[in-house]
Amino acid sequence: MSGLKRLGIDVGSTTLKCVVTDDEGRLLYSEYLRHFSRIAEQLGRLITTVSEKFPGEPMAVALSGSAGMGLADAMGLPFVQEVYAERVAVRTLAPGTDVVIELGGEDAKILFLTGGFEMRMNGTCAGGTGAFIDQMASLMRLSIDDMNVLAAKHEKIYTIASRCGVFAKSDIQPLLNQGARKEDVSASIFRAVVNQTIAGLAQGRRIEGNILYLGGPLTFISELRKSFDEALRTTGLCPENSLYFVALGAAAAGVGEPVALDELASRLENAAGAGEYTACEPLFRTEADYEAFAERHRRASEGIRELDAPNGVMYLGVDAGSTTVKALLCDADGGVFRTRYETNNGNPVPIVRDYLESLYREWPDIRIGGAVVTGYGEEIIRSAFRLDGGVVETVAHYTAAKKFRPDVDFILDIGGQDIKCFQIRNGAIDSIYLNEACSSGCGSFLQTFAGALGYSAEAFSRLGFYAKRPVDLGSRCTVFMNSSVKQAQKDGATVEDIAAGLSISVVKNALYKVIRCASAEALGRNIVVQGGTFLNDAVLRSFEMEIGHDVIRPKYAALMGAYGAALYARDHAPASGSTILGPAELAAFTHTAKAVTCGRCGNHCALTVNDFGGGRRYIAGNRCDRPIRQTNEAPKHYDLYEFKLDLIRECCANERDPARKTIGIPLGLNFFELLPFWHAFWRTLGFNVLVSPLSTRELYLSGQYSIPSDTACYPAKLMHGHIEALLAQKPDAIFYPNMSYNVEEGLGVNHYNCPVVAYYPQVLKMNTAALRKITFIDDFISLADPKQFRGRMTDIVRSYFPEVTPAAVREAAKAGYAAYEGYFSRVRQKADEYLAIARREDMPVIVLSGRPYHIDPEVSHGISTLICRLGAVVITEDSLSNRVAAFPVGVRNQWTYHARLYAAARYIASLPPDVNMNLVQLVSFGCGVDAITTDEVREILESGGRMYTQIKIDEISNMGAVTIRLRSLFSAMRDRRLSGSEAS
Amino acid sequence: MTTVDFTKEMRRDYTIITPDIFPTHMEILEAAFRLHGYNVTVVHYEGKKVIDTGLKYLHNDVCYPAICAVGQQLYALTCGDFDPHRVALIQFQTGGGCRASNYVMLLRKALKKMGMEYVPVIALSFGRFEKYSGFRFTVPMILTGIRAIIYGDMLLLLKNQTLPYEINPGDTQRVVTRWAERITDQFAHNRGLSGRDMRENLAAMVRDFHDIPREKRDTVKVGIVGEIYVKYASFGNNGLEKFLLSQGCEYMVPGVLGFFQYCFANMEVDHRYYGSPLVNTWAGRLAEKIADRWEEAMLEALEPYPEFIAPVAFDRVKELAEQVIDRGVKMGEGWLLPGETAELIEKGYTNVICAQPFGCLPNHIVGKGTIRRLRELYPEANIFPVDYDAGASKVNQENRIKLMLAMAREQEAAAV
Repeated sequence: MSGLKRLGIDVGSTTLKCVVTDDEGRLLYSEYLRHFSRIAEQLGRLITTVSEKFPGEPMAVALSGSAGMGLADAMGLPFVQEVYAERVAVRTLAPGTDVVIELGGEDAKILFLTGGFEMRMNGTCAGGTGAFIDQMASLMRLSIDDMNVLAAKHEKIYTIASRCGVFAKSDIQPLLNQGARKEDVSASIFRAVVNQTIAGLAQGRRIEGNILYLGGPLTFISELRKSFDEALRTTGLCPENSLYFVALGAAAAGVGEPVALDELASRLENAAGAGEYTACEPLFRTEADYEAFAERHRRASEGIRELDAPNGVMYLGVDAGSTTVKALLCDADGGVFRTRYETNNGNPVPIVRDYLESLYREWPDIRIGGAVVTGYGEEIIRSAFRLDGGVVETVAHYTAAKKFRPDVDFILDIGGQDIKCFQIRNGAIDSIYLNEACSSGCGSFLQTFAGALGYSAEAFSRLGFYAKRPVDLGSRCTVFMNSSVKQAQKDGATVEDIAAGLSISVVKNALYKVIRCASAEALGRNIVVQGGTFLNDAVLRSFEMEIGHDVIRPKYAALMGAYGAALYARDHAPASGSTILGPAELAAFTHTAKAVTCGRCGNHCALTVNDFGGGRRYIAGNRCDRPIRQTNEAPKHYDLYEFKLDLIRECCANERDPARKTIGIPLGLNFFELLPFWHAFWRTLGFNVLVSPLSTRELYLSGQYSIPSDTACYPAKLMHGHIEALLAQKPDAIFYPNMSYNVEEGLGVNHYNCPVVAYYPQVLKMNTAALRKITFIDDFISLADPKQFRGRMTDIVRSYFPEVTPAAVREAAKAGYAAYEGYFSRVRQKADEYLAIARREDMPVIVLSGRPYHIDPEVSHGISTLICRLGAVVITEDSLSNRVAAFPVGVRNQWTYHARLYAAARYIASLPPDVNMNLVQLVSFGCGVDAITTDEVREILESGGRMYTQIKIDEISNMGAVTIRLRSLFSAMRDRRLSGSEAS
Repeated sequence: MTTVDFTKEMRRDYTIITPDIFPTHMEILEAAFRLHGYNVTVVHYEGKKVIDTGLKYLHNDVCYPAICAVGQQLYALTCGDFDPHRVALIQFQTGGGCRASNYVMLLRKALKKMGMEYVPVIALSFGRFEKYSGFRFTVPMILTGIRAIIYGDMLLLLKNQTLPYEINPGDTQRVVTRWAERITDQFAHNRGLSGRDMRENLAAMVRDFHDIPREKRDTVKVGIVGEIYVKYASFGNNGLEKFLLSQGCEYMVPGVLGFFQYCFANMEVDHRYYGSPLVNTWAGRLAEKIADRWEEAMLEALEPYPEFIAPVAFDRVKELAEQVIDRGVKMGEGWLLPGETAELIEKGYTNVICAQPFGCLPNHIVGKGTIRRLRELYPEANIFPVDYDAGASKVNQENRIKLMLAMAREQEAAAV
């Protein structure tokens, strides 16, 4: 039959697209709408519309799209995989295309059409593109169109993690809090999406030729296209009907039996999911259950008075959090006055200003005895309004929690972005658990998810109360949760079940990912929960159900930081009264922010300079004090990271004697420790040694195209850039040996490298084509046995350079081992020196423990400097590990680098309690081995009564969060020392 | 941490619990252990409750196979089916450089968290990292184990090539079950182990599968490689095989024996690269020889029936691997993974799923890291990495596989 029309429907994660074409593929009708997770309902509406347009006509119907798979099965329709559909459409509609880039709600795809066909879809850990932009827009209270308009006016691009949406978000939040311009942030978000797509999907293939942009975000956001154009150095095309390519392809490829449209509608009705998914317990079975629950929590806050007028001298507390600003005043008794809770819309300053203005207007005679701020925006608010001081968040929260429950022993705070938990022992903060980037954003995810479905957070939460079968959405991260929602929808979960499931997921994330607790008893007996997310009764209920007993949620759960700050202001009020801006000064208040690149050292930090008039300035984005002190002089720090790096730099002179051959060495991973060895080795053999420069972001980007596995750790991914840097300088050979084994230090049962350190040269060889055109010496070598090494290395060297004699290799090996010894003895000597200084000056010591490559400033983001700025001495795990004899550990101690961690932890654990030394472990994101080491290091430390602190780092680190973590540690250390000295 | 000994007395009345790993091997392996006096029982628990148990007592970022496999064992202790005071747990430990060497310790840590540190954990390894007064992994046991694996591999191979084509649904599974029971029964009577018994059994097996009524069907040929647990365990890979069957595919998963041959072969490379003692090399060679002999027995049994695609000799797998990666890469599945991928492609299984736990370290190298090189060598191949994880949703995994299948069907149509 000729003239059979075709209906192609693309069911995406957030939108529905449908087209009707004639039998030759000519487009007759198209429709695009958001489905707000009510797929069946919206699809039904769509079918009705189509049948009104084309009454009585049966059509060949095909489904496509990430959410269309289950539906197609259930409706007995052909399903066309969406990437495949797209390709079919591109062939007819845009012939001559080389590469297609398509962004959807949650998927990103690249299709290489010419020169070897390949299709790439984002992996599990790279979800969120369109949905991610939506989330960012709602974070800034902008529409997508606003973001587009603003981005066009950007002056500066900030580096934002491109690993995944969750990471990017935790970079953007602090930028907003620092006062970065929305123009710049908008453009930076687009660039992050671009980098994420290229890094995650290109995987070693260059994107070049005729590029086609498809899908919603690329259709609607011209600046996003421009950003792709800039990154790819080309001009791509966004064709007509760019939204409908998948639907068109489905219509063309999925020709099945004709179906009458009313038949289609009835099939849809019968297709609702069968509810075959694993469900959790309902939150509440009856309304009476809920009432009892609500009443119990109302009673918890009876003791706190609420004031409607100032009562004597008042104390101001401000909590400038990641997504919200909270403020309140309290009187001498802790009675609460004028609370304020507001989303910060990316800038906390105007909110606090408005708060103070209205306060002064209504109560011109108010006497403020002290004003203290806490949270991410502490610095900016303090400088802007000349508050009396700041307080670490953990301390603020503890101060407030004590007011509700003097014997509190565990506090869990789930805010918009962060999850913070701490244990209280003997009246002092003991263990602190802060979430890592991966588990962040749970709170605000609930809110944006509700928003995306058209509910308020409150209404969405209520929706879940009586859900019969809450769906289990896992606890990994919000990106994974998002895709679990997709699965749940397919399985027929209702919006109610999803709402309840999300609350449960947030709780599970906190319990099992952040706190890592196995049982409720381990938490404590008197638990106070707080943070804006706990105002959500569904979350509170899930938490109580999960741990199996009742907890206290204060009435001011969302304001506890501010309340704690106010109480702290009261307890530490300056005798001379508060320095806070008065009404007159506030009236003259101005605020301008400027993006500047700091030129005071090689780091070139992206600074945001805030000017508040009257000489009050606040600089953000800096890694050191130079821009604040306005000097180029390096600050005086006792930083073993810096010292180790200087030793490595001694091997990087890169002199090139034209009479000698040149060996290139990429400065990354294990070379950060072995460079002295190999430098001496090759120099003694009579070669020039050319070391690639220290890592930078640009260097990383230059090698990004050849990274095959985006979830590998950042130190490994940097190697691709180092190889590019070496290739550009044309050495005679590049040397990067595979090393299954590391040096043997006698601490464990074996001396392996981790798989990534061991074999990364193989990855480079397989994925960087240019490496096969140069001599790439990537033989398998071990240094553990010098004699074996000499023999094997002689064979290896002579296979590339037959002119080298065995005797020369012997000499070179000797020189290498001597240089390696020399390097370590200098490191350890320096550590002794620093430890002596710390003792003399009574400075705290932080053993910043990680791997040798963590001294790369691009990897550790200057965390050692930050610790020094907080007044501590920094040494390393490898400067202590030789002070401990081998001892049994609870894991298989088989990696050399990791054995040092256990040894350093053991050393610290065995120190007398008055020695002010603590361990902070750096963990690179994606380091699988650290899933094993972290628990063990914690156990070793805690067995000696020491605290454990972990900092997770990746391409980018949220330094705001790191600062809070470190300051919490320092403040807890101080408390412990104080309580220790009182006890003794 | 102190190790709880597995004593001689325990040998008498303790049940040794192992997770369910391989699709057609577990009952036979059980019988092999029983033959040597150990009451080993496979547990088949599945579902969210098992995953939750794993997540609760292990580090959330630890590999997914640990969550599943250790989760099954821990669940066995908590669900009431076993008396925790009459139970020991067993895990295989290669002692290699990947995290999997730590499963035994993770298990012990989890037991401690559960307050069940009295449960003995046995590390099953060639290296004898630990000693127990009532358990020894002896050479005869290893040899029985290899035989059990040969039987399992043969069943796996025949099943996979019969199931998609059977005319009467259920026929294939019936033959698989019958043979698993028969071998188990033979083991219980100390039979089925001699060279003659094995040759007879293998030949009879092939005949039985040959006799299953089949018809020619248009299938997409899919190869499965990857991390050893998620590659085989349907609990780990969300029922991958079932899904592929529902999509009209014939799939091939290389046998388990290959992993052991790979471990043995590494001993020789270790000597060459790191000067490890020659005695290990000899031991490795000897073990390789034995494995090769049984492999040959398999090939012989298959020879009269060219309808079944036989495995290639392991020496060929080595060669195939070497064109992709150096055989010094020995952590996790190491060079075996690209070797098997190449083997499958050469056999016509050009659509290869590389099943990997999310965040698996060796996979950065030997899985995703090798795809580019493999595609240079085999431009016709479609290699799709699929991540498995407690938080990864099935719909995403299946969508990805559907893309691969759409590609494959198109290629086939173009070729016709």
